[in-house]
Amino acid sequence: MKRITIFMVFICLAGPSFADEFTQADADRWMAEFNLVAEEGRRLWSSPEIGTNGVACGQCHPNAANTHPETYPKFQKQLGRVIQLWEMFNWCLRNPLEGKEMAADDPRMIALQAYALKERRGVKLDPGKH
Amino acid sequence: MNHDIVNDRRRFLKATMSGLVISALPISLVRLSYAAQGGSDFTFAYISDAHIQHVKGTKFVRNWDRGLIRAVAEANLLEPKPDFVFFGGDLAQLGTKAELDHGAEILSGLKHKMHAILGEHDYYLDLGEYWSKLYGDHYRSWDHKGVHFIALNSIKTYDKWTFDRWESPERRMHEMAGLDNPNSSPFMVGEKQMKWLQKDLSKVSKNTPIIIFSHSPLQKIYKGWNFWTEEADEIQQMLKPFDQVNVIYGHVHQIQYNQIGNIAFNSVMATAWPWPYPETYAQAESHLPILTVPMNRADPFNERDATGWQFMNVHSGRVDLEFSLHNNTNRKVAFNEAAGHPQDMSYVDPANRNPAQRHY
Ligand code: HEC
Ligand SMILES: [Fe+2]
Ligand SMILES: [Fe+2]
Repeated sequence: MKRITIFMVFICLAGPSFADEFTQADADRWMAEFNLVAEEGRRLWSSPEIGTNGVACGQCHPNAANTHPETYPKFQKQLGRVIQLWEMFNWCLRNPLEGKEMAADDPRMIALQAYALKERRGVKLDPGKH
Repeated sequence: MNHDIVNDRRRFLKATMSGLVISALPISLVRLSYAAQGGSDFTFAYISDAHIQHVKGTKFVRNWDRGLIRAVAEANLLEPKPDFVFFGGDLAQLGTKAELDHGAEILSGLKHKMHAILGEHDYYLDLGEYWSKLYGDHYRSWDHKGVHFIALNSIKTYDKWTFDRWESPERRMHEMAGLDNPNSSPFMVGEKQMKWLQKDLSKVSKNTPIIIFSHSPLQKIYKGWNFWTEEADEIQQMLKPFDQVNVIYGHVHQIQYNQIGNIAFNSVMATAWPWPYPETYAQAESHLPILTVPMNRADPFNERDATGWQFMNVHSGRVDLEFSLHNNTNRKVAFNEAAGHPQDMSYVDPANRNPAQRHY
């Protein structure tokens, strides 16, 4: 036990040489990358192109309100299980938009989620909440 | 004055047996029984925000069609017959002739006389020209059983935005159609109509009850989604001298009500889809009237949930609203004479509220 503790302390002291080093400029660049994707998400959110009947997510969810991304994963009684946010996106995509589901890693699905989460920034995580 | 509203299942069944589709109709239709019938007591129905949306060819978005068709079928069952039906604007989604015609066709199924006002979705393609062919003047007033009615076009905006900013009418319509679009512009009544309103009101005695129909709220709730009218404060000032004023508005697709001096405000629900309350948008500040007990949150797995229509009971110069909500508990917001403001009858006691009314 004692030996492990000493070993850990050693790693911490030696930290800087192992750490992921980045500058403020890096952080800004990465945020800009995120914002580009969120912006594309906003475009898709307001566009009829992901459905087939001309309806857009934004028609019912202005500023992505009422999507509650901070509550996922959560139980949806109609599906009878705990689901991820993207699965709920697919529900609305298939039904009001009469569209085709997207894979979890579809860049458009990632963009839609980036946008919805950005509009929800600052709200504390509350998984499972209804 | 006591108007009991009773479920009238027998009458309902009689009506459905005369050929209507039973599965599409509610069991909770209501009938007014008049304890005392005064000269200015009457009922009317209010349908709003149908957003009929053209897909292509003969295809329209089925979901929105169903909402309007159902409201029309149900309003036709009202007993006693309402004096008229009012349509509160946003008949179309993008203001095209195809959409307005298709919506008007569905509304023509109403057995009652109908009046309508413009919503922004009807207006910004051709500035209400084709709509006028169907429903007449953009704003007007009339008297009915001792009540002075005023129908406004409250969804105009700054001339610069309307006439100079966009390369085509289609583009202008699209920009106004996005509720949260930062390129859109605040709703207005406009100078010409404000003058007309002032003149119209000058002919009305101060104790005549007034009912105003506007698409946008004549109060400032949240500018970001145009739950807003630029001249709201001036209009409220103009209405101040009258004993009883009632403003009924659409556009917000949710239940709101408020009281400012003698003016009672009531919003109506949409037949198409419900909207989140503005305070659910985490990045903005809004001013939902403090009186409002919110509508229940909708179940996204049921497309008709939290959509519906209203029927209105006018008595002693005030308006009670009965919300007929498809797949959701019906609500009644009545004017409480003693308290001097509208009140949700089921939730006078906050302890009765349910978790589905918590919006976040
Ligand atoms: C016809 C209107 C309509 C459209 C269009 C629509 N939704 Fe929904 N959606 C709803 C309603 C109503 C709810 C329930 C809101 C609530 O919980 O209060 C909902 C719920 C959701 C939820 C779950 C919220 C929660 O609390 O769990 C997500 C996520 C969602 N929608 C995403 C989307 C996405 C993404 C799109 C576009 C692909 C979309 N919606 C299009 C009406 C719509
Ligand atoms: Fe609307
Ligand atoms: Fe509107």
